[in-house]
Amino acid sequence: MPDSSAVAPQYASIPHRDHTAELGMWVFIATEVLLFGGLILAYFVYRHAFPQGFAEGSRHTEIVIGTANTAVLLTSSFLVAWAIEIFSPATIRIVTWLLIGAACLGLLFIVLKGIEYSKEYDEHLVPGIDFLFAGPLANGVQLFFIFYFIATAIHALHMLIGICLLITLATLCRKAPTTRHHAALHSAALYWHFVDVAWIFLFALIYLPGRSAS
Amino acid sequence: MTDWRPPLALIGAWLGLLALLALTVTLAYVPLGAGNAVVALTIGTIKAGLVATIFMELWHRRGLTLVFAGAGLFWLGILLYLGSMDFLTRT
Amino acid sequence: MMSDTNYLTTDFTLRSWFLTTDHKRIAILYFASLIVFFFIGGAAATLIRIELATPQADLVSSDVYNRLFTMHGIIMVWFFLIPSIPNTLGNFIVPLMIGARDLAFPRLNLMSWYIFMLGGCTTLFAIFAGGVDTGWTFYTPFSTLYSNSYVIVAAAGVFIAGFSSILTGLNFIVTIHRLRAPGLTWYRLPLFLWSLYATSVILVLATPVLAITLLLMATERFFGVGIFDPRIGGDPLLFQHLFWFYSHPAVYIMILPGMGVINELISCFSRKQVFGYKFVAWCSLAIAAVGFLVWGHHMFVSGQSLVASLVFSFMSFIVAVPSAIKVFNWTATLHKGSIHFDAPMLYALGFIGLFTVGGLTGLFLACLAYDVHATDTYFVVAHFHYIMVGGMVTAYFGGLHYWWPKITGRLYSEYWARTAAVLIFFGFNLTFFPQFILGAEGMPRRYHVYPPEFQVWNVLSSGGATILAVAYLMPLFYLGYSAFFGKRAPANPWDAPGLEWQTSSPPPEHNFTTQPVVTRDPYQYNEAFQAEPQNA
Repeated sequence: MPDSSAVAPQYASIPHRDHTAELGMWVFIATEVLLFGGLILAYFVYRHAFPQGFAEGSRHTEIVIGTANTAVLLTSSFLVAWAIEIFSPATIRIVTWLLIGAACLGLLFIVLKGIEYSKEYDEHLVPGIDFLFAGPLANGVQLFFIFYFIATAIHALHMLIGICLLITLATLCRKAPTTRHHAALHSAALYWHFVDVAWIFLFALIYLPGRSAS
Repeated sequence: MTDWRPPLALIGAWLGLLALLALTVTLAYVPLGAGNAVVALTIGTIKAGLVATIFMELWHRRGLTLVFAGAGLFWLGILLYLGSMDFLTRT
Repeated sequence: MMSDTNYLTTDFTLRSWFLTTDHKRIAILYFASLIVFFFIGGAAATLIRIELATPQADLVSSDVYNRLFTMHGIIMVWFFLIPSIPNTLGNFIVPLMIGARDLAFPRLNLMSWYIFMLGGCTTLFAIFAGGVDTGWTFYTPFSTLYSNSYVIVAAAGVFIAGFSSILTGLNFIVTIHRLRAPGLTWYRLPLFLWSLYATSVILVLATPVLAITLLLMATERFFGVGIFDPRIGGDPLLFQHLFWFYSHPAVYIMILPGMGVINELISCFSRKQVFGYKFVAWCSLAIAAVGFLVWGHHMFVSGQSLVASLVFSFMSFIVAVPSAIKVFNWTATLHKGSIHFDAPMLYALGFIGLFTVGGLTGLFLACLAYDVHATDTYFVVAHFHYIMVGGMVTAYFGGLHYWWPKITGRLYSEYWARTAAVLIFFGFNLTFFPQFILGAEGMPRRYHVYPPEFQVWNVLSSGGATILAVAYLMPLFYLGYSAFFGKRAPANPWDAPGLEWQTSSPPPEHNFTTQPVVTRDPYQYNEAFQAEPQNA
């Protein structure tokens, strides 16, 4: 693969640069794990305090959309991993389409998420804006939905950033892919997969509890 | 023409992930009591593990990258363990 | 031979400063911004000490007083102490020390400065628009339900600045792993780098939790939802757990880099290797790791469970061990050394004494029983000022004097530098030692009035603060003079073996004309070294 520009002066070689970038992305992912970690702790603390409220809240989420979205995201990750694997000047058209496909799946996720939000709004389940839930479980349900909205909103923000990255890189490397593009794409892919992993856990925490008791 | 087909490992991981998704949703409707949460989180962890090892290529990484990938998880464990200790032992 | 241009003279345009990716210039940008924040935070402290000179409220009302100490805390913690050594001295010295031409991600480094300034300006806006009265800790439910001040804006500023910390930490970790010169193994790294590495681990792993905590707090305040509101089932203690999961390790962000600087100074000015190098190196990492396990000691009287209190108390005693090892190793390094009392060394010696006092009083507070008495008194205030001001700020000044010739290429007035160092030491002790006594006698923090029997100690403290203020202003003048009119500094004014001294002063744009190769351990202050020619 051609190298469009010389390596920055602090690096000895291209592999040196690329491996360093990969490490940097892993450090960033560690940061992200702890960002979601604070939310997860809040979730467990309140689920421990309000087990029935959380189960009840979970039953009010849209499991069909949630499951579909998980499948969408997993597939999107698969496309990105595929693109990285075959990245070369000869396959660049396919790589570009794979990236565009992954970004479109990301957008599909966001759209489905929006539909889900509007359904919850119609059911008066948005704390702070329109929340009506009577009965003894109201506190637990409200705490559940606060967690739900903050966690999914932060996740959606990560998705949007990821979609922008994928589209930008697809555009950049469309004509003449270089090792730099490959390295950048590799970092972006790690980030995209991390967003996927975060969703896998959010899915298990948000949609699955309390289903067997309904 | 260079090969554009995805490696089998990727396809396997992708299909495995979708299968696990189907499994976890199905099991969520089976009454297992406290077991439901355990099952959901275990399957979630396996899925995350698949993504990390195959998609994020940790399978082919050694030493330093693994330590960096593990550090976040380790500190997450500290946060969850020490953080929940107070709430679990309140009297 | 030294080339004619250095990093300061390659280009003089404004653009070349504000779009620079040179770690040395970014360090200078941080220097300039931190000076401003330091004096804003210091101005708040001055007003606080003036108010406390008398038992009555004469200068400010209680409401203004609340805003003053909050402003002092927020500015000093997030906009001075946390970035102080890492982002200025660290930014400048790390690539030089490891023989690299820059940090691993120079553009991220510049971005971190812009993010920092955005956060800083946001916070300053909150302060000058009307201020914040929650204390730097933003405790709920006061911050979310009752406070009638610019809580969200101030929290947003801190939130934004957090990303700057994360980027810096990330950059240092990756740089120290990947860009070391050939032959520079881990055990040949100067100890300053070990401590910055440990600091960076904390920056990267703790800061995101602060981000999410402030986000939750701001969400609760903005939308009126009860995340931490006990009336609808929330738990205010959860906020404290999340907050201190960041903020206790952050205390170590505010001391580890100082400890790192002290290693360099003690070794250089006793002309000896650091005693027990490996112990000191690993103690930095031990402090960083164990520092994550002690946060609950801020919550002994908050109502957390007894089990949690016991565990956190125990861990707090444990974290004293690596800190004590460091103190012992510094004193052992001094033993039979050829000690030179240059200005940086005076700061270093002051640091050892002040840090020891701060550390030992920390053990009092780790005791469950004594802490009940001392919580929220001036004892705590004195304790953490001994660590953060007596420790970190002193180390910062020491490091600044030590590397000043490298940074500016100029020498400063040794006479004035020593005078300032001595004044800082005495002024500091006079300011804060009386506060231990006040705290032990039960004077609570965060009140602008107090019973008349506390006045003697408060007057002493305010008097000390005056000396301290003058002493902190002095470097502004003699270092400022030196920067423009000082004598030219040689490449290696201290005859030190570190890589940063092997290049010219100030260094050229990419630090080294040829890639340095390391063949020996650090701190080789001996004849063999001094006989060697310097290549600069």
